Amino acid sequence: MADLSSTFIGIQSPNPFWLASAPPTDKAYNVIRAFEAGWGGVVWKTLGEDGPPLVNVNGPRYGAWHSGDRRLMGFNNIELITDRPLATNLQEITQVKKDWPERAMIVSLMVPCEEKAWLDILLRVEDTGADGIELNFGCPHGMSERGMGSAVGQVPEYVEMVTRWCKEYSSMPVIVKLTPNITDIRHAARAAQAGGADAVSMINTINSIISVDHDNFTINPSTGGKGTHGGYCGPAVKPIALNMVAEVARDEVTRELPISGIGGITDWRDAVDFIALGAGNVQVCTAAMTYGFKIVEDLNTGLADFMDSKGFGSIDEIVGKAVDRLTDWQYLDLNYVVKAEIDQARCIQCGRCHVVCEDTSHQAISSLKDGLRHFDVIEEECVGCNLCVSVCPVEDCISLRELAAGEVDKRTGEVVSGQYANWTTHANNPMREGRS
Amino acid sequence: MSEQAAEAEQPDIKSARLSAEQYARNFSDMHPPLGATAALVEADRCYFCYDAPCTEACPTGIDVAGFINMIKSGNNFGAARLILQENIVGGSCARVCPTETLCEQACVRNDQDHRPVSIGLLQRHAVDAAMAAGQQFFSRAPDSGKTVAIVGAGPAGLSCAHGLARRGHQVTIFEAREKSGGLNEYGLATYKMLDNFAVREIDYIVAIGGIEIRHGQRLGEDFDLADLQRQFDAVFLGIGLDAVNRLGLAGEDADGVISAVDYISEIRQCLDLAELPVGRRALVIGGGMTAIDIATQVKLLGAEEVTLVYRRGPEAMPASMEEQEFCQIKGVKIRYNAIPVRIHTTGGHVSSVEFARSQSAADGSLNNTGEGFSLPADMLFTAIGQKFNAGIDPPLAFENGRIQVDAERKASVSGVWAGGDCIGNGADLTVAAAQDGKLAAKSINAFLQSSGNEE
Repeated sequence: MADLSSTFIGIQSPNPFWLASAPPTDKAYNVIRAFEAGWGGVVWKTLGEDGPPLVNVNGPRYGAWHSGDRRLMGFNNIELITDRPLATNLQEITQVKKDWPERAMIVSLMVPCEEKAWLDILLRVEDTGADGIELNFGCPHGMSERGMGSAVGQVPEYVEMVTRWCKEYSSMPVIVKLTPNITDIRHAARAAQAGGADAVSMINTINSIISVDHDNFTINPSTGGKGTHGGYCGPAVKPIALNMVAEVARDEVTRELPISGIGGITDWRDAVDFIALGAGNVQVCTAAMTYGFKIVEDLNTGLADFMDSKGFGSIDEIVGKAVDRLTDWQYLDLNYVVKAEIDQARCIQCGRCHVVCEDTSHQAISSLKDGLRHFDVIEEECVGCNLCVSVCPVEDCISLRELAAGEVDKRTGEVVSGQYANWTTHANNPMREGRS
Repeated sequence: MSEQAAEAEQPDIKSARLSAEQYARNFSDMHPPLGATAALVEADRCYFCYDAPCTEACPTGIDVAGFINMIKSGNNFGAARLILQENIVGGSCARVCPTETLCEQACVRNDQDHRPVSIGLLQRHAVDAAMAAGQQFFSRAPDSGKTVAIVGAGPAGLSCAHGLARRGHQVTIFEAREKSGGLNEYGLATYKMLDNFAVREIDYIVAIGGIEIRHGQRLGEDFDLADLQRQFDAVFLGIGLDAVNRLGLAGEDADGVISAVDYISEIRQCLDLAELPVGRRALVIGGGMTAIDIATQVKLLGAEEVTLVYRRGPEAMPASMEEQEFCQIKGVKIRYNAIPVRIHTTGGHVSSVEFARSQSAADGSLNNTGEGFSLPADMLFTAIGQKFNAGIDPPLAFENGRIQVDAERKASVSGVWAGGDCIGNGADLTVAAAQDGKLAAKSINAFLQSSGNEE
């Protein structure tokens, strides 16, 4: 079986699956259960500065968006960082790391943007024997109002400054957790790198409102009649997270910067997506909060079987494997032509492809043949947009067929050249290269 | 004859064969309703097909994909409105329709995973929600001053009455029996429609106003068609079938030989099932839904052996494969390809029936193979179809032994419409009756409007 062991910025863990800094890693009890279940490591829930512990609301902390069959698709929270005394957390971290030496133990930190505050906590965390720290520059609710969390992550100069302090006052590897609540994630990643970060982790949660209560027009979840935006996570955010991971992975400045991938990872296939787009390992939270820690068994065996089937010996062989397949729109090959093709043997005659193409796209799927219900592609109209493939309820029923060089595109009447050509040199582009 | 043998020949018929709990369990809902979450999950299985085949397959043309899509968003009232605007007895149809041969047979899910969306249960979910809330979707148009007589308060008559009341006409329904509902009230297996649903549905329908029902009024006895023609602007006949076919065998009138239709009605109207006598060994002859319903119910009433005998093979049986399987699961044995040839009696009571094995020829005709067998019986139920017997004056043209109607459900005499089981090209289904009533109401309305203009 494939070797799942992971070494991420020098930190060893038996598999690449860490629990993200969040409620599942708030205390020893949960973390021990996670390790017993098989998780490779944890990022301990964010510690704040010493003093009276902060408080959470006593109303609901979580909100959910469900699919029709009550599957949790999106999740948000307004929980703050740990509300337990610093000393208790540090003592438990020390003990758990001692008892589970082969599992990764990262400590998430968030203190005010003052050098002294960071110095103080770094020295105390170093004593726990933890493997590394993660700087929480991402939390979008509550703490950001106090000048921490995403309030720091949104200002690249602050990111760089605090990262530099952490590297200066600590020998522990530093992971900087980035907020997605920003226009271009690359600026924050570059700042972290400039400050000396060993890695970035991404994404933290996204500003969100789950829904409105239709009976009294309050916000869900409601705290005594009022609501506030919370951090959004779960399966719904995965595509957003993947893009941000990939942008950092292919950025000229940060392409060598290790990434711990986070954002809606629920099963091993999600993990492969993140790893292929540049993540060295992955962190999971919502899936564990939805189903419990046992899901790590699927993550482990699914990934191992995948690696065996594809001939990968280690995680590192997959890391970044899809990054060079990502490019800008302007470099996409405009001479690549596809047509939808319906496998009539698989078609169940639901007609969804027809109605969406007819109503919202290119009128390229017919609904009748010899007066009978029958769905087929009209190649003269088909632009190969993939809408029919996307809405078809039957897997592999509709596919896109690439036209070979020399074939005629019935829509344009032109012969497919087979030669790569993109927008930058296209005749219709007024800004095209080489134009005087 | 020894005492034992004499005793053995006594018919073994008695009531209270089961405990109260067993009766309650045996006659509970055949298809229990979906819970709130189950309904959402099932609705989510619907693909919301383009030009959905299920709608095409529904005799009343309910927008099935449309109403299921509404259930997905919790819009149960919107779903119920969509159902009831095409079929006001949609609550009954959700329970009694042979969906496996109609909408659910057309479901594209059959091709994908061999399990259609449970359309009947979803329809019930939506309509029950609206009825439980007393939510009405239709109101009466201003009084048109026109009056219509409807004969028969079954699904056809009620559907027609509602359609006419919506359009402002005053409807009087003449019903021969003590209760309204027709076969919904008297002709269904009890576990298909529980909790007095037939009555509740009628209350819901007549709540629109403008519909009066007079019970104990039988056509041909208490009044004639001619009377109605004189007193009303139009007449709709939804009188069903009032006679049953006979086997044509000697001994058919012996004790213990019972018409299935009559006994189903008795079971349905019975307040305490323990009072109903059933034989230890019962035979049912027939192959339609009535045969299935009586065989299954007699078995569930505690009969030890129930055998349903049908003259052709399983594919030819009017009852669907699902219905055949249902009664077999409940413990009924089905013997195919056998024709009753002699009824044996002892002391004036049926004791056994002799059958000849049959064979279907290529042309569909039945051949007697010359072989045979005999089955003992304490009770023999005949369920070989119903027929039209009512004398109608003035006479109407007939087709297939029943009233002939055109596409609008107009009979051969002007001002008279008909629908439901009494018409010649009917499908003998509640849903078909509902469609007949709906179409007739539309046609009658057009007739009344045009005749109004002439005045």
